[in-house]
Amino acid sequence: MKKHLTLLATLALTASPVVAQDLTVTSFGGAYGAAQKEHMIDPFVAETGTNILFEDYGGGIAEMKAQVEAGNIQWDVVDIEVIDLERACAEGYLEVIDQSTLPDGDDGTPAADDFIEDALANECGVGNIVWSVVFAVNTENGPGPQTIAEFFDTEAFPGKRGLRKRPQVNMEWALIADGVAREDVYDLLSTEEGQARAFEKLDTIKEDIVWYDSWSQAPVLLNDGGAQMVQSANGRIFAAIQDDGAPFSIVWDSHVYDLDVWAIMKGTPNKDKAMEFIQFATRTVPLSGMQDVAYGPTRRSAQALLPESVKQDLPTAHLEEGLKADGIFWADFGESLGEKFNEWLLQ
Amino acid sequence: MTTAPHRLDPADARNAAREVRKRRLQAFLFVVPLLIFIVFAFVAPITTMLFRSVHNPTVANLVPDTLAALDDWSGETTPDETVLIQFASDMKRMANDRTSGQLADEINRALPGMSSVVKSTARSLRRVEDTEIAANGASLLLEANDRWADPATWHALRSAGQVYSSSYYLTSVDLERKADGSIAQRDTQIYVKLYIKTLRMALIITVLTIVLGYPLAFFMAQASDGLANFLMVFVLLPFWTSLLVRTTAWIALLQTNGVVNSTLMAIGVIDQPLELLYTEFSTIIAMTHILLPFMVLPLYAVMRGIDQSFMRAAISMGSRPLGAWYRIFLPMSLPGLSAGALLVFIISVGYYITPALVGGTDGQMISNIIAFHMQQSNNWELAAALGSLLLVLILLLYWLFDRLVGADNIKLG
Amino acid sequence: MKRFPEYYSFWHYSGHYALRVVAFLVLVFLMLPILVIMPLSFNSEPFFTFTEGMLSLDPDAYSLRWYQEILDDQKWQLAIRNSFAVGIAAALIATTLGTLAAVGLSSPWMPYKRLITALLLSPMIVPLIIIAAGMFFFYTRFNLVGTFTGLIIAHAALGVPFVIITVTATLSGFDRSLFSAGLSLGAQPVKVFWDIVIPLIRPGVIAGGLFAFVTSFDEVVLVLFLAGPEQRTIPRQMFSGLREQINPTILAVATLLVVLSATLLFTLEALRRRSARLSGSA
Repeated sequence: MKKHLTLLATLALTASPVVAQDLTVTSFGGAYGAAQKEHMIDPFVAETGTNILFEDYGGGIAEMKAQVEAGNIQWDVVDIEVIDLERACAEGYLEVIDQSTLPDGDDGTPAADDFIEDALANECGVGNIVWSVVFAVNTENGPGPQTIAEFFDTEAFPGKRGLRKRPQVNMEWALIADGVAREDVYDLLSTEEGQARAFEKLDTIKEDIVWYDSWSQAPVLLNDGGAQMVQSANGRIFAAIQDDGAPFSIVWDSHVYDLDVWAIMKGTPNKDKAMEFIQFATRTVPLSGMQDVAYGPTRRSAQALLPESVKQDLPTAHLEEGLKADGIFWADFGESLGEKFNEWLLQ
Repeated sequence: MTTAPHRLDPADARNAAREVRKRRLQAFLFVVPLLIFIVFAFVAPITTMLFRSVHNPTVANLVPDTLAALDDWSGETTPDETVLIQFASDMKRMANDRTSGQLADEINRALPGMSSVVKSTARSLRRVEDTEIAANGASLLLEANDRWADPATWHALRSAGQVYSSSYYLTSVDLERKADGSIAQRDTQIYVKLYIKTLRMALIITVLTIVLGYPLAFFMAQASDGLANFLMVFVLLPFWTSLLVRTTAWIALLQTNGVVNSTLMAIGVIDQPLELLYTEFSTIIAMTHILLPFMVLPLYAVMRGIDQSFMRAAISMGSRPLGAWYRIFLPMSLPGLSAGALLVFIISVGYYITPALVGGTDGQMISNIIAFHMQQSNNWELAAALGSLLLVLILLLYWLFDRLVGADNIKLG
Repeated sequence: MKRFPEYYSFWHYSGHYALRVVAFLVLVFLMLPILVIMPLSFNSEPFFTFTEGMLSLDPDAYSLRWYQEILDDQKWQLAIRNSFAVGIAAALIATTLGTLAAVGLSSPWMPYKRLITALLLSPMIVPLIIIAAGMFFFYTRFNLVGTFTGLIIAHAALGVPFVIITVTATLSGFDRSLFSAGLSLGAQPVKVFWDIVIPLIRPGVIAGGLFAFVTSFDEVVLVLFLAGPEQRTIPRQMFSGLREQINPTILAVATLLVVLSATLLFTLEALRRRSARLSGSA
């Protein structure tokens, strides 16, 4: 027995030669993650020889809060939606970034002028992409709905609708489909009546909704027939059309657009390395690589590198049809609406 | 034993007592290392969770002076100037420490919509001189946002500032404490429903495992040793197979283009794929599959020990098989049945993984909402309160089954 | 054809066959899902379904690409290493402490036996989500969240009840007078323990250790709450795969795990028989 134990102990010890990573970078995975790996992670690894563990997460600030409160920082760099950035920065989960150390654009424009205005608006983040929540249709059985109102019209357009299981975007769309002007949506949603109205509208399609949890499931649902039309980050649908020739079409009506930024976890022991990565990843060329998934780069010098044919697929070409996601509204109402949303789901 | 049974020499009695103590200590010493380990690794964590469900010092630590100043507040009107000035200076400090967001989160829980009020106020006070705050703090605060004039705001702050609070338990049974101290139903009714739904699903799963497991165990118990051992492999292999593997299998079977749908469509039973995955149905069927061995194994163990000749005797004397089974076999197999049912029910009430993966929206259980509050909404105290209630429920069930079923067994046996 | 007693009526015959049919169907229900994933893991297409080619047994429709993918993927490699390392370490701790405790618990002199047994078995009854939340709150204070140490301790606690149950079961067939005899001959308790008790209960100890290992190897809830990216295990990797991008790599891993559990099952069965033989001779 003793012999066995020693043998097992040796096994246990030798079986865990876990290579310590120099840097853990966390983002959203899928086609977007693949583009970041190709244009940001791999070139950085090649240039600096840093070991990077590239992780996926589903968004939100919960995991950051847990790490900071546990005093055990596991991520170094994180890709975060602006809706969550406001909260994460104010609650002290992110380091303040010295934006003056960002390199100039490749055409020589100083960083402060090269980045679009929202990209450096928060001191904890550096803008990465402009992306958008759109809906997409599988066109195998006809063109399908063309507006949000039609998306909510189950008689004219029967079939399952895939929506991400959270109140964000769904509440906005419900009001727009109910005839509310885009600029009034957030004001109305701040009131009890507006919220009730949104849920009533969602009730009309509840039977036809397929809920999913992460963006990468959206194109899968559309592909395997689980849904006729899905809500999705625009890049995931673009990648499915571009790479796999999927018969999907993107509808830009009332898309909800937002920025993603790179940020650094508060208290990480690898802060310098993390900053080095962000400086690298937000240079002109790596940013322009995000066109692979139809996300708009946040530097003007990078936008200039995009071919005309690509630009029409970016959210930036459709801003007048869209609605800017309101980070402050969701910081206020995310939790209470989340609870009401859960209750509504159970009814 | 050296003395006569009716008379014990005091010295011998002492020796015997010492010997008993020594042996008790010896036995106990073997258990001590594990006891210490379990107390640290398991008991202390559970205790911490129970404590956390009533204990939240976040706000009390952030603004202790404001809370102390609020002690004298009547609760009817806007608090007086000293409170407002104290709070303005606390806000400035928090804005510079980047802790105002934590306060925003906590107050927002008590009064939705307050998050932006706290944050914007913190931003506007951040660069104001201390002397200016000491002089004009109250008006600066009211200028920053007029909701600081509303008593409801201060009620929210005061209730969030309680270090020990029953509010998380109230929330977890869909109640809340109003400003006047009375307890009322919350606007959103969610957790009680979810507990009931969880119990209902666990009951359905338990019944299904009985319906499927009982005949199988009955058949195996009557089979020859060789056949029974052979069949046992088919019960044990799923039992030993990873939970994730079995859940994966059900996803492959039930998805829109999955094996079940394509088979049904190929043989022409349906022409549109059925929506099977991500429903309550898929949760129940996958969990029934996963928990079935927990029913079959104890049933089989008990049935194997029942003397078959009773049944044969009854049947040979003209009893119908079902009647003989009902009057003779069923009562004797009850210990196995109750053990299996208890096990399956208790495990399903606290199940997390399978509902999370195949449950979609309909199939969520109480564990999933606890995970949601741990990982998504970051309301750890509420998660702890919901978890504590679940723990009490499980222990209660355990006790109840032990009492009721155990007592019945004695009578029947 | 089996011969029935003469007094059997129509009801008896039909009952007999109906039972057979039902038992057979239940066994199919138990096994089919596990059997279905195996061929699917050799699918050459990135789907979870049988393709036309697979059904017509076209060799081109089958491939080993998903198995290759496991070998190529850095994350799966890490997960496999971690699962074994954590599982073995947790099983060692649980087995060592659990065996000692079981010896104490099966002594007739053990004080507070019921209470202590209930306490030590409770990790089996308390839902994992509650354990996970509690451990997260508590381990945070000792910086154990996101470390291998924390995960191993947590998994060891889960494995303890299984060790206690199996070892106590073996000990119940063990003649305690051997222990007393050893002691009365003047040997130290520790020596008696190693030289007399352990060899006799070894099958139970190994079975308990295997149970503890499998418990850790299959566990995902605690990993979700307590582990960081570097402690990713196989079930954790499957969990995120199933939630996000479903592809047949998961089926390939699942198939390998079924093979592994079959191996473990037969090992345990062999141990059980051996144990039965030993206690029969004792």
